[in-house]
Amino acid sequence: MPMSLIQPAFRVHIDYDKCHKCGRCVQQCGWSVYTFNGRPFPDDSRCRACHRCVTYCPAHCISIQKNELALRENPNWMPGLRQNIWRQAESGGVMLTGMGNDKPYLSIFDHLVLDACQVTNPSIDPLREPMELRTYLGCKPDRVEVEPNGRGGFRVRPGTGLEKNVRLDTPIMFSPMSYGSVSLNVHKSLAMAAERCGILMNTGEGGLHADLYPYQDNVIVQVASGRFGVNPEYLNRGVAIEIKVGQGAKPGIGGHLPGEKINREVSVTRMIPQGTDAISPAPHHDIYSIEDLKQLIYSLKEASGYKPVGVKIATVHNVAAIASGIVRAGADYVYLDGFKGGTGAAPSIIRDHIGIPIEIAIAAVDTRLRAEGIRNRASIVAAGSIRSSADLAKAIALGADAVAIGSATLMALGCHLCQGCHTGNCSWGLTTQKPELTRRVDPEWGAERLTNLVHAWSHELQEILGALGVNAVESLRGSRERLRAVGLDAQTCEILDVKPAGR
Amino acid sequence: MEYGSRPAYSAESPFKIHGGCGLMGICDESGSLMSGELAIRAMAAQHDRGNGLGGGFAGYGIYPEFPDHFCFHMMYHDAQGKEAAEAVFDQYFVVDLAEPLPTRPVKGIVDAPLLWRYFLTLSESRLESMGMTPEDYIVHVVMFINTTVDGAFVASSGKNMGAFKGVGFPEEIGHYFLVEEYEGHTWVGHNRFPTNTPGWWGGAHPFTLIDWSIVHNGEISSYGINSRYLDAFGYKCTLGTDTEVVAYLFDLLLRCHKLPLELACKVLASPLWSEIDRMPEDEQAVMQSLRAVYGPAMLNGPFAIVLGFNGGMVALNDRIKLRPLAAARQGSILMVASEESAIREVLTSPDEAWAPKAGEPVIARVKGLDWPIHGDLYPPSGDESCAAADVKDSRETVEVS
Repeated sequence: MPMSLIQPAFRVHIDYDKCHKCGRCVQQCGWSVYTFNGRPFPDDSRCRACHRCVTYCPAHCISIQKNELALRENPNWMPGLRQNIWRQAESGGVMLTGMGNDKPYLSIFDHLVLDACQVTNPSIDPLREPMELRTYLGCKPDRVEVEPNGRGGFRVRPGTGLEKNVRLDTPIMFSPMSYGSVSLNVHKSLAMAAERCGILMNTGEGGLHADLYPYQDNVIVQVASGRFGVNPEYLNRGVAIEIKVGQGAKPGIGGHLPGEKINREVSVTRMIPQGTDAISPAPHHDIYSIEDLKQLIYSLKEASGYKPVGVKIATVHNVAAIASGIVRAGADYVYLDGFKGGTGAAPSIIRDHIGIPIEIAIAAVDTRLRAEGIRNRASIVAAGSIRSSADLAKAIALGADAVAIGSATLMALGCHLCQGCHTGNCSWGLTTQKPELTRRVDPEWGAERLTNLVHAWSHELQEILGALGVNAVESLRGSRERLRAVGLDAQTCEILDVKPAGR
Repeated sequence: MEYGSRPAYSAESPFKIHGGCGLMGICDESGSLMSGELAIRAMAAQHDRGNGLGGGFAGYGIYPEFPDHFCFHMMYHDAQGKEAAEAVFDQYFVVDLAEPLPTRPVKGIVDAPLLWRYFLTLSESRLESMGMTPEDYIVHVVMFINTTVDGAFVASSGKNMGAFKGVGFPEEIGHYFLVEEYEGHTWVGHNRFPTNTPGWWGGAHPFTLIDWSIVHNGEISSYGINSRYLDAFGYKCTLGTDTEVVAYLFDLLLRCHKLPLELACKVLASPLWSEIDRMPEDEQAVMQSLRAVYGPAMLNGPFAIVLGFNGGMVALNDRIKLRPLAAARQGSILMVASEESAIREVLTSPDEAWAPKAGEPVIARVKGLDWPIHGDLYPPSGDESCAAADVKDSRETVEVS
């Protein structure tokens, strides 16, 4: 019997006429595709098309091609489904994967278009005029009250002004990715870039490594169901605390960081023994209801001198009602993670089939909070496949205060979306703890690339705002009048509260 | 338009109306009354800023015989609309006088609705039972009529003031309503250049709500979020015009949230963050809070507006001055207009004339009248004291001595 019915997904082709026989591909590949015997020999079955070898081959003699096997066409039994059945028939296990949903769901962002000014109002040139992106995350009072300051001016009546808000210089932040799932150098790159951009990185659930303490004013510390690395000092280091209830890629599912990734540093940071699996339960075992969440929110506030506390949830069917409850429970921001959000490891059946699109969730939550008159009490952070500054602008127009980007940041650091994060073999040194791989990311290089990405998107957002004829991002926020739908059905338009193009 | 074919006003402009405009405002701070003719002349000088699809005026102090009555200027499509609205008045108010608005035939003015005015008082017991201030009550009734009464529209609803507006050039509308025969201490005028509306009488400016009247030149590019923000406070933006949004925002900030006028202007035309960061500590904290909390209320896009009210007026430009606004002072008269030519037409020898800076409000206040607005950052010089600095509680009404 054959060992496996699964055929390689890719073909590694080496042009041996050009090949220097230097062996760099052997050294670069984290997946052990190559063996060297006078020249490199690829084992196609191991290749994930991460293009590390392609990028580093000095002779440019490697090309990765799809293994185009002519399976009999059957739109119902798509090749991926057939492969999964073969694979599961071999292993009896749950199919695991990394990164975000790769199924061809409708992208609503791609069916929304933005407005621009023509004649009746002028567009604004961001290269010549100020174009403001500064954003404050957190609870805002219903109204500001002022009183005379005795010197002919006014001061804010205590308790009615802007307090306990976190400032972002641009409405972008880095998504939570735990130390353990990604390497320390990735965390350092994110922290340094966050500081340079005036934004925030997020520890994820794996604690805060001591090397990141200098950047703590640009860090959100996360508290997840595993409580890894959570102690009073940790809670007091960040500028805000985030309770992670769910993740877009795996709503309702916990996490499992295999023991091989728990080296000494990860073990110290997470406060767990070296080499043990780090298992995050599916629910928080002290949150079985909204009132429990409220208790945790206020416990964390008490423990941290009333820092802002956000709650991250996966966008599921009743996201609007859930978000409303979260805001009423005292959260300062709600982090909505759409169903295309990334992950370091998730069962593909969960990743690909649970949750709702982030666009719908932003609209539903924003509308609901406004209808209840509590929109000002919490900010909305949108995440789950924000792929470009266009997605960013559209998310803000739908009602988000800011977006969080994760997959995009990894791509900035080299990720080619090979979906092998859960294996710990990342050739780009991102989602691995193997020292020979993690050292591939120089934090200074990473920080520069991430800073460039954030700056580039910010510049593009400024161009979009300028075209819209506004010079501050708050004038786009929730302004769905500036969006039109192309090719969306009437009911989706109604839920998004966006008119079809032409109206 | 055929009888009975008119939809409810609320359905008439479901989409946002774009347009450019000309405007003027004049206020005699001594409280002396001026003929509405000045306003007509100022608007006639800016004829080319409109296209004949809307013009209008609002005057303050024009009904000295009814200073304490709420005066409703009404537009009716037909007798049926009138009947329905009058039923509302009978239910909500004591009607002390109801009469047609005086008009004269003017060439070019056609399709006028039925125009009536009502002098109304409120029953105290009803106010008490509803737990509302008189102003809240009026807003409630105005919203009710404009959104639910078919074929009826409230053109103005304040005390000792009125709006005269319609489809036509402002000088035609002015003469149609005999505006030159009214005398007021404050006048605002407007000339409209709508680009995509058929032009209907209710949609002409000034737009008013209780005492506030707004004339506006520009396009609020942030209309979408401004109207959604207002919606949360119960303001229904039914006309789809920017001016309506501006009026409601002023009402929210000044009357409901009791912000001083200067600060309300700073909310609508916010200073840049880079400016806020350089402000002295107190002011910085105030502006930081205002911008972060009232971000959705910020008016973004090109505009020049004049807000008239019993007690004065304020003119304001957008935060980077994308629309024209000129100002001049002659003795106790302060005047603003889109074009200086309009000012020169009315004020023969202004003491000073200037172009107000972006986001810097130009404020006129009538001596002897209650300042309806809470406190004020820059009390007027001289013996008039606004007493703002002495106010212990900014929620108390500040009176000008």
